[in-house]
Amino acid sequence: MSVTTSTERPDVDRGAGRKPRPNRARSDRMTIYLLLLPSLLPIVALSVFPLVRGMYLGFTDARAGRNVDVNFTGLANYRELLSDELFWNSFKIGLIWAVGVTVLQFVLALGLALLLNQQIRFRGLARVLAVVPWAMPPVVVGILWKLVYHPDAGLLNEFFYQIGAEGLRTNWLGDFSTALPAVIIVGVWAGMPQTTVVLLAGLQGVPRELHEAAAVDGATTWQRFRRITLPSLAPVIVAITSLDFIWNFNSFGLVYVLTAGGPGGKTMLPMLFAYEEAFRYGNYGYAAALGNVMVVIIVALLAVYLRRRLKEAN
Amino acid sequence: MFQYLALLAYLVFLAFPLVWLLSTSFKPPRELVKLHPTLIPDNPTFNNFVQAFTEQELGRAAWNSLQVSLASAVVTVLIALPASYALARFKSKLGTVALGWVLLSQLFPFVLLIIPIFLVLRQVGLANSHAGLILIYVVWALPFALWMLQGFVRNIPRELEEAAAVDGASRLQTLRRVVFPLLAPGLVATALFSFISAWNEFFFALVLIKTPELATLPVALARFVGIEGTARLGPLAAGSLLATIPSLIFFAFMQRRLSSGSMAGAVKG
Repeated sequence: MSVTTSTERPDVDRGAGRKPRPNRARSDRMTIYLLLLPSLLPIVALSVFPLVRGMYLGFTDARAGRNVDVNFTGLANYRELLSDELFWNSFKIGLIWAVGVTVLQFVLALGLALLLNQQIRFRGLARVLAVVPWAMPPVVVGILWKLVYHPDAGLLNEFFYQIGAEGLRTNWLGDFSTALPAVIIVGVWAGMPQTTVVLLAGLQGVPRELHEAAAVDGATTWQRFRRITLPSLAPVIVAITSLDFIWNFNSFGLVYVLTAGGPGGKTMLPMLFAYEEAFRYGNYGYAAALGNVMVVIIVALLAVYLRRRLKEAN
Repeated sequence: MFQYLALLAYLVFLAFPLVWLLSTSFKPPRELVKLHPTLIPDNPTFNNFVQAFTEQELGRAAWNSLQVSLASAVVTVLIALPASYALARFKSKLGTVALGWVLLSQLFPFVLLIIPIFLVLRQVGLANSHAGLILIYVVWALPFALWMLQGFVRNIPRELEEAAAVDGASRLQTLRRVVFPLLAPGLVATALFSFISAWNEFFFALVLIKTPELATLPVALARFVGIEGTARLGPLAAGSLLATIPSLIFFAFMQRRLSSGSMAGAVKG
């Protein structure tokens, strides 16, 4: 390890033509650390460190109300998870939810982005309106849809009554068969704007000349979409769908407000299950173990998915 | 033609719940329990808005949220400012690592973070307090704030600072006279972002705050849903609308950057 010397490359890229003096680099490095410290300290203390500790807690029998000096129990939590029906249920629901929302959201958002990328009337207005759900606090989105799905005073049931489809009226969030589809629709509604905006930005990066040339050569709209738009958009698509999937898999607030996991666990997402385990029953170690499993699943799914998508794109 | 039909379908899907929220918030109690509710209130009233804020829970919760979010925004900007200057103007490994954390921090389930954070805050006596919540919100907003602000610093031509140095200004003077004034819009944007992420946040507040008097607006609204009773839907809808106003202002402010996509990864649902 060499200490700073006058010949060492200064790690400061200031204006050319100025010769670095021996102590300049060192004092600059001190300045950098001093400037970064107020930000890095809290990040390490309240996010890096807790993350590591949280992962460790997953291998312990930590419980609420007990001393924090917990016992290391190795894989005991994971063995319990494997035989826990409630865990498998939440895992299944979480997958259906995350895949359902991500796919629907992507298809609709892509359609909308293609639409908004064209020269059509009301485009400006539609673009502004399109981000409104994004601007709403997730809890408010939940409340809003609770009002729509309300069995008595709700808009949806009244709509079915008005069009004469009385038979379709139901307690959307309270019914075993409709609860999960109902919350998935809300997830799509809430998540679509962000996906649309990202895809729209991606579309604007697709070279116009390619399209024009292809059109001259007689390519149909569909062919141009398949051969030009989709391939150029592929990196953006991979990025946004995988992020959407992770966000959805980890989501909490929206469904907590809508159903709190009910009825009968039909909408019990993994995060809701973990929240209940940790803060209702005080099983910190168990909940942390579940968090660890989710991290592993997310990383594994992402690896598989990304590899496949990237291969397709090439 | 098909395009306009698709656009119309989308706008209906989008607007349909929003209009219902708006309509519910103006309905007097009698219309809320009507067998067949109407889209447009027969006797619109502002009472729900008044009620939402005079009723102890929501009024106090809004005040709590305002305090917590303001404090988070101020602290975030204050500590992000020097760091983002360092990130933008000096090359350093540490900076790359810090920026990489932005992406990484999006991937982890909160439940892994919340339990240890909860334990730490309890040990130092900050669980169930606004101070503890502010701390978390600062840390939670910091990665993106750093990322955003260093972008703004990069946009200030380095030559301006060098020119000031040549004219004999000290580093501090350069910062104060040259950098800060040009950075003002960036600081406002960063502060707004931090404010909104704190204002909208639900999970940490739900877990950390146990005293009802200390609850923030999202927690109070969620609790309000729980106690329900159809007659309370009006104030609930009104409170929800009011809770959305700060975010709407933020999005209106950020509209340009949002549509360019540079901000698109920032605000997650």
